[in-house]
Formats: sequence, C-alpha cells, structure tokens
Amino acid sequence: MTQSTVQSIEELTQTALRELALLDNSDALEQWRVRYLGRRGDLTSILRGLSQLDIEQRREVGALGNRAKSTLEEELEKRGQEISQARLAQVADLERIDVTLPGRPVATGRLHPTTQVVREITDAFVAMGFSIVEGPEVEWDHYNFEMLNIPQGHPARDMWNTLWVDYVNEEGQRPMLLRTHTSPMQARVMESAQPPVRVIVPGKCYRYEATDATHEWHFYQVEGLAVDEGITFADLKGTLFEFARRLFGSERKVRFRCDYFPFVEPGVDMSIDCFSCQGSDSSCRICRGSGWIEIMGAGMVHPQVLAGVGYDTEKYTGFAFGLGPERIAMLKYGIDDIRHFYSNDLRFLRQF
Amino acid sequence: MQIPLSWLREYVDIDLPAHELAHRLTMAGVEVGEVTELGGWENCCVGQVMEVNPHPNADSLRLCRVNPGDDSEMEVVCGAPNVAAGQKICFARVGARLYNTHSERHETLKAARIRGVVSEGMICSELELGLGDGHEGIVVLSDDAPIGMALDDYLGDTILDLEVTPNRLDCFSVLGVAHEIGALTGKPVWVPEVRYQEDGPPITGQATVSVADPDLCPRYTASLIQGLKIGPSPQWLQDRLARAGLRPISNVVDVTNYVMLEFNQPLHAFDLDKVRDKTIIVRRAAAGEALETLDGVERELNTEVLVIADSRDPVGLGGVIGGANSEIGPSTTSVLLESATFNSYNNRRTADTFRLHTDASQRFEKGLRPELAPIALRRATQLIQEVAGGVIAQGIYDIYAGSDEPAPRVTLTLRRLKQILGMDVSVDQVEAVFQSLEFDTERLDETTVSVAPPYWRSDINIEEDLIEEVVRIIGYDNVPTTMLSTPIPYRQPAPMTELKARVRAALASVGLQETISYPLVSLEDLERVNCFAERSAPLRVANPMSAGHDHLRPTLLASLLGTLSYNEGHNEGPFRFFEQARVFLPRPNQLPDEREVAAGVISGLRSEPSWLVDNGPLDFFDVKGMLTSALALLGLTPSWEPAPGEENPALHPGRAANLVCSGHKIGVLGELHPSIAERFDLRYRPVTVFEIYLDDLLTLPVGSGRNFRSLTRFPSAHRDVALVVPEDVPAGKVQDILDRHRLVEKVELFDVYAGENLQPGMKSLAFHVYFQSSERTLTADEVNRTLDGLLRVLQREVGATLRD
Ligand SMILES: [Zn+2]
Repeated sequence: MTQSTVQSIEELTQTALRELALLDNSDALEQWRVRYLGRRGDLTSILRGLSQLDIEQRREVGALGNRAKSTLEEELEKRGQEISQARLAQVADLERIDVTLPGRPVATGRLHPTTQVVREITDAFVAMGFSIVEGPEVEWDHYNFEMLNIPQGHPARDMWNTLWVDYVNEEGQRPMLLRTHTSPMQARVMESAQPPVRVIVPGKCYRYEATDATHEWHFYQVEGLAVDEGITFADLKGTLFEFARRLFGSERKVRFRCDYFPFVEPGVDMSIDCFSCQGSDSSCRICRGSGWIEIMGAGMVHPQVLAGVGYDTEKYTGFAFGLGPERIAMLKYGIDDIRHFYSNDLRFLRQF
Repeated sequence: MQIPLSWLREYVDIDLPAHELAHRLTMAGVEVGEVTELGGWENCCVGQVMEVNPHPNADSLRLCRVNPGDDSEMEVVCGAPNVAAGQKICFARVGARLYNTHSERHETLKAARIRGVVSEGMICSELELGLGDGHEGIVVLSDDAPIGMALDDYLGDTILDLEVTPNRLDCFSVLGVAHEIGALTGKPVWVPEVRYQEDGPPITGQATVSVADPDLCPRYTASLIQGLKIGPSPQWLQDRLARAGLRPISNVVDVTNYVMLEFNQPLHAFDLDKVRDKTIIVRRAAAGEALETLDGVERELNTEVLVIADSRDPVGLGGVIGGANSEIGPSTTSVLLESATFNSYNNRRTADTFRLHTDASQRFEKGLRPELAPIALRRATQLIQEVAGGVIAQGIYDIYAGSDEPAPRVTLTLRRLKQILGMDVSVDQVEAVFQSLEFDTERLDETTVSVAPPYWRSDINIEEDLIEEVVRIIGYDNVPTTMLSTPIPYRQPAPMTELKARVRAALASVGLQETISYPLVSLEDLERVNCFAERSAPLRVANPMSAGHDHLRPTLLASLLGTLSYNEGHNEGPFRFFEQARVFLPRPNQLPDEREVAAGVISGLRSEPSWLVDNGPLDFFDVKGMLTSALALLGLTPSWEPAPGEENPALHPGRAANLVCSGHKIGVLGELHPSIAERFDLRYRPVTVFEIYLDDLLTLPVGSGRNFRSLTRFPSAHRDVALVVPEDVPAGKVQDILDRHRLVEKVELFDVYAGENLQPGMKSLAFHVYFQSSERTLTADEVNRTLDGLLRVLQREVGATLRD
C-alpha cells in the first residue's frame, strides 16, 4: 500500500511535469493547476487517502506528497513566468499598430495674430509699469484732434484722412469721427488724473485710406504716454530701446531720427536694426537694403497738449509713442500683405 | 517733392555721395524717399545736327548729318518732326544702351539699315534716355551745349524725392533744402543775387493795386513788366522744371513756377491788358459772384473766399488758382506779377471748398512768412525779363498790413534743454547749431540764447521747437539712453480689458478660432441677419470708403456669417469661429454706446474627416457644450432658458436659449434662422450662433465666480433613475429639482427617449444621480429615502413617474 502510494505520487508528479512543459498559455496553466493542485485535484486526493495509513507511514508519505506539491507549485510558477516572457517577446508582433495612421482630431482654437501681438506689446510695457487703458472707437474731433494740438484747419490734419460719422450738431458742425489713432486717450487720461501718468492704449483705428499691401483703413494702434516731473527724451530712448529688445531680441540696436507729429516736440521715429540681414543684404525684403526698420513714432509731449489738460508745463514733462501691431506682426512673421489680417481666411489664421 | 541735385548745387557745395546726403537729410527730419539717378548713357554725347535732308525712300523720315564732336560726320536716320539743322542734340553711337520704344526694353543700339539707308547712330528722345515720357520729338539741348561732351556729364543728374512733413514748409523749396544741407554739412549757402534795371515809368501810374481785406491778405506785392514777348522757355529752364516734376508751359508762367520751387513763394502773372481799368483789388468775393478758373471750371464763390479782382470782376482765387479771364496768352505783352501772403486758414478752407489743392495753396495753407513776398517778387521779375524781354516799371507795390518790426524771437535756456532732453549741451554748442541754420542768434547770458529764425522757416514758435533743432543737428545718438526712474504710478484697474482677454482665451481653449472683421458693414448685411434698421438705425459714416462698409455694426453676426461664407468657398471645415469686438448702439447727441460682445458661428462636421471618427454635423448641443466649458473657465454656470423667438429674429424660434446668470441675461445661443442660412447660401446646416455680452458679465454680483469647495473624503453612492414625464417638461427643470437637494452631488442625464413602450405625449429621461455628504458615509437606507423624497417632489412638480 505504501509502496504503491509512493509510486503513484511519483508517477503523478512525472506526468504533471511532462504536461506542464507542453503548456503555452495562462488558461491552460490554470486548468493544469486545478487538475493537479486544486482542492479536488489528483495530488490532493492521493494525500487525502493517507488517513488509512499508520502514523509512521503517513508521515513518510505525507512528506513525499508535500515535496511533490511544492515541486509542482514551483514548476508552475516557473512555467508561468516562461510563458509570460515568451508572450512579451512576441507582443510587438501580436499587438503592433500602424503608428503612421493619423491621430484622432482634436478641436483647437487660436487667437488672431493681432490679438497675440497686441498682447506681446502691452505685456512688454506693463512690465515697465504702464497700465492698460482703452477708449472709445467713435470719438469727438475735440479729443482726436483739438486736444492734440491739431486745431481745425491745421495742415497737419492731412496726415490723418478721417472717416466722419454722419452726425451734425446744433452748430452745423460734424464733430464725430472714427478715431484715426488711439492718441485721443492722452487727453482723456490726463483730464481725469494728475501725474504721474504711465499708460498704454491698444485699440482699433480707422482712416479714409485706399488699401494696398501696407495700408488698411481699419487697423490697430498701441499708444503710450508717460508724464511726470523729470521725464526726459533720454528716458524715452531707454523705454523704447527696452521694448525693442523684448520684442525683437536683446541684441537689437535702435536708431532715432527726426520726425513730425503735432502733439510731440521734439518728435522722432524709431528704427531697429534689421533682424533678418543685419544690414548685410542690399536686396533684403524686410529693410529694403537700408539695414534699418522703422517701427514707431514718438516724442516729448507738446506743451500745448499738457497745457490743454491743465498740467503745469514748467513742472511736468513726458513722452508719447505709437506703433502698429500689424506692422510688428508682419515683421516678426514675414507676412507680406496687411490685407490678410482682416479677411479672416482660415488658411491664414491657422498659421499663428 | 522732387529736388534735382544739379539744381541744389547752384546754392550749396555738395561733396557727399547722394545716398549719404539722403541719409543725413532723413535723419534730420527731411525724409528722402527715393534717390533716382539720371544717366548711365554710355556712348552718348552732345552732338550737332549739321544738315537735314529728306530720306530717299520714306516721306516721314529724314537723313541727318550729325557732328559728334570729333568732326567726323555721321549719317543718321531720324523720324522726329522737330529735328532741324544747327540743333544741339543727344547723339547715341552704335553700342549705346537705350530704351527701345518698339520692344519696350533696354537694348544695345546697332547700326541698322532703315529703308535702305544705314543709320550710324540715333538722335534721342526723352523716353529713350529715360528723362521723361516724351517721344514725339527729339530732345533739343541749349545752344551752348558743348559738342562732344559725354551726355552723362552734360545731362546726368540725381533726383531726391523728399517726403516733407507738414511743418517743414521750407523743404518744399530747393533753397530751403540747400539751407538744410548747409546746416548739416557746414557748407555756405549762396542765395541768388537780384539786380535789374527799372527802365519803365513808375508802376503806380500804370496799374492800381489795393487790398480791401488785409486780414486775409497780410502782404501783397506786385511788379510790372511791359513789352515782353511770350514764347517757350529756354532749355535750361524747361529742364529744371521737368526734373522737379513740373511741365513747362511758357516763359513767363515757367518763371513763376521756377521761383516758387526755388524760394517757395507762389507767384501769379496777370495779363494787365485783360485787367479792367488796370486795377487790382484784393477782397472777399461778393455774394453771387463767379469765376472761371484756369482749369476751365466755372466756380460759384461765397463771401468767405478771397479773390483778386479787377475794378469789377474776380480775376483769380487768391493763393489758389488764377482766373481764365486774365490768363497769360501768346499775345500778352504786359505782365502784372503778384507775390503775396495769404491767410493760411482761409486759404486752406477755400482750397477744400473747391477741392483745388494746388502747388500754391499747399504752400500758403502751411503759413509762408510775409518777408518772403518781395524777395521772390524781385527774383521773378528779373528772370522774366531775362527770358521774355520787356521793360520793368519803376518800383513795386508792397502793401503790408504788418509792420517791418523784426520777427519775434524765441528764447532757449540750457535748463529747459536739459529738462527735456536729459543731457547737458553747452551754450557754445547751442549757438553753433543756430548759426549753422542761419538763425539770428544772440547769447543773452551763459545759459540763455535768443534766436530769430530766417524768413524761410515758419515752424519755429516755442522753446521746444528750438530744442528739436538742437537735437536733430547734434544727432539723437548723442542723447543718453536711460530707463524711467520716476515712481511707477498706481495701476489703473482695467476689468474689461482683463475680462476680454479671459473670454478670448476661454473660447479659443474650447476649439474656437478667433477672427477680427471690419466694424463697418452695409445696411444690406444687417438686413440679411434680420437686424432691421427701423428697429435702431445704426450710425452711418458720412464719407465711407465703399458702399459695403458704411455703417457701424450693431451686431457681430453679419460679419461672422460673412466670414463663414467666405471660408466655405475654399475650406471643408469644421468652421468654429468667434470674434470679440464692440458693437455700436447710437445715442442722441452723444458718442454711441460701445458694447463689448463675443459672438461665434459654428457649422460643418464635428471633426475633420478621419478614419477614426464617426462624424456628424456640429449642432446646438456641440456649441452648448463648448460654451458650458468656456464659461466654466470663467467661473460661470449659467442656466439655459428657452428664448422667445421674437427676441432673437436671427435665431430659429424653437432652438434658442438665453444664458442667465444670477438673474442677468449674459448671452444667447441658438441655431441660425433657416431663412438666414438660405440668404447667405451656406453649404453646411445647421449653423449655430451665440453671443455673450461682456458688459453684462462685468455687472454680475461679486462672488458669482470661483469658490473653493473642500474635497470630501466620504464615498459617493449612485442610483440610476429613469423618469417618465410629459413631453413639454424641459429636461433642465427635472435636473434642477434633482440638483438642488443638499445630498445630491452630481446629476448626469444619460438618456432621452420617446416612442414605443411609452404613452403618447410622454418621454423618458434617465439620470445617474450621485449622492454624497461631506460629513459622513451615507447608508443605503439614507440614499434610498432621499431618492424616494426626490421622486415625490418630481411627481408633484412635473408629474414624473418612475419608468418600469
Ligand atoms: Zn534687412
């Protein structure tokens, strides 16, 4: 009896191990485990039969059975690892996908390039202590011209071809217009606050102007104004130089030349050195070979403008500047025609 | 303003290359737009036509013998009608590169057989040399042109094209630019010396001149030349005018133009024999008067117009244009020459009234100095006699309302200079600048200089003007560069600016593309979106650029639909656009109410065509989902209330919702009215549109934004509930009832059903309802009791029953 039990344990173990070696997936392993090691499995039932043996034999055969059980468990574990390693070795072939297929489309939205550039410009000045203010797009002649030292009949009015609103007041004048620049906020801001003033005014402007590759009748402007005791032309140079470095790179050089705007004196025009050719290409499309790119007008606030809002012109000085975001965007992104901006072609808008 | 370098050289030495000169002028505020070189005529020289004979085989051609300066006579075929023996001409030898008027290209000239005769060169026209457009005849040079001289040396020139700012009136003249160059280069400037004999009888006996309205004509000067002969100007004068961009007319008129370009002073020549009673009266026009001006137009005058009149009628519009009735003609022999100063404001208004912006008015309107009038008068008088002969009457008329006291002086202190520029400039340096500009300069003390600008400058009025003169001459590079050192002011709050940026970012983040379109639209555009003018007439532009852009838009919808329609033309979509801009609502006698709106239009397939996506059209609920997410980013959870059709004529009456936050309507969402989609001929349906009113968002009570809720550590329990309700009960109402219970954490509607197995008129709504407490774990019993209570409320309020 003992002998046959021992033999059957050994045979069972051999059979089980032979079978185990042939198995190749986890389901088959589980079936194998249930068959040999489960609660009703073959080995278990053999061991259960031990109760008929005497103690000495029971211990002897029991030890043998337990050894066989742990052998089978170890082999099962080993085989399990072998199978999963073999599977992992094959997973690339089994589960391969075509990674060149397009991804699932996700809707993305972008901000208009003008919005992005206006933001860049205002951020640069906000970092220098300027506050953002905005003003009405439909303005009075009074703020758009008169308060800026451009009275009725002043020849400089020709610099701003104006779109007038069809409104006639009681005096028979036509005093309402679409602002030709965001400069009217100079007077509006100073009327409502005493120095120090440091503001930046982004917004839409309008001109009665034929459109071409560099002109639009509807465009944006960012105007800046700083007034306090002790503000000088040297400060204007520094502020605009810092701005140019922020937008066009810290290695930029700037240059100022004399220019005329009735609300500043002295008035200047600021250029940056050409970031495309550094002045080395006589046929450069960006600087037209000059090595310099004009980017904005500026100057020291005209005493007439300060006096107009009741500031003490002996005490306070200031500077003002204005620039066109579209021009900046055209330079930065190499856009060749301003008319792209407001025709809203998706093929254009999606590039920014 | 075109200024030939050859003309400038009459007054100032220029030893800089043209481009360097252009650069210096530009930096000093006289912008040179373009530098054009005339010349490069290799193998061309001054020649003389010795003999002209008919061509044996062609009536329209002539055979000319030309002396090119080496006494070799060349035979040349010429078709120009004006060729004549003895003329000095531009001769091109074989090998010259010229503009070929037949091929319209620059080509090298070859010896050619023309109708059987070999031509050994060519006599050139303006067009062939690139000097102008003239090709009717050949260019005839002055008699004193040296035969054999290379044409480059004789005719070559450089033209500076100036873009003069309105303040620098002086640079509208050659002498003004010469003075500027003198200041920039330190070279002296020679002003032409005027000297002539007044051999005629006194002017006072020959003509009468008076000024009735000196407020509009502060100075009027006149001279008289009699017995002159009208004819073409000499070649040098014609060349000068042509290069400066003016067309030569006749000797007397050409002189007036020449002196205008030279000194800046416009002049006018009257045929004295056509002036009634030889009397000139400068006065305002009388009511009902009219004048035919030199351009052949009959003009009705008003009493604000200044005229030059004879004893009865106007003979010219003062400072703008002459009258046809006193025009110089071929038979003119007596010329009364006018050089006057007119009131700039009135002059500009007259020019505006008649839309006559002439070379004269463009100068007068900027304010010429009265000192200039007699200077230019004498210069022109001399030149007229030189080119047209005649006798000059003794004396001139000079009627000057002002006095001869010196021009007002302007004072500059070094203190102010430093206050503005932020740098020290020595008094010597300041003085040197003004001397170089030929200002009359006086040093009052070691820190103060007083100056009087010369007669050609009319832009110097205040101390700051002098500071600009100093800095532009010493150069802006010499000013230090400093950062602002004054205290940063308190920041001005800008809630709308910030809100706009957040709204734009939120809308872009849910997949919408920002657009910016023109704020001016047409009435038709507005009517197409059922925004009718009679409801609130939009503001109109008095002088629109085009009929399509003449009204300030009261809605963004028309623009967005235009954008959609435009893009459908070359794009498959999906189309998800928004714009954030102002709409303009008129207010009587005030600026319009400018309201910030964000609006969107969405149509097309839900996603770009893809192998992965089961694609359907973007609809109301897609956009509602976008807006829900976008508004959540702004801290807003609006309720969506069915919007009455009459409130939104642009929207589908059954598919529109108002967005309401804390009782305020903050926007509207809906499907575009089917008739509007038709009108725009849109390819994809449905089209969904929305508007969000930013001004209303800004007025929402504080605290309706984000508020942190603590994260509960107790688990949630969930139940699925299918409810049967009458069809007209909005799902939102059922959801609200569930939502408002304090133990309900979240409600998700996952199915809507009507049809089989349901009574007609009923629908089923299925929800996941999540229960959770922040204080404890809810028991199953608690959850069930809560749900039972909710079901009773739903039964009572909306007639809901559990679906079995
Ligand atoms: Zn460049």
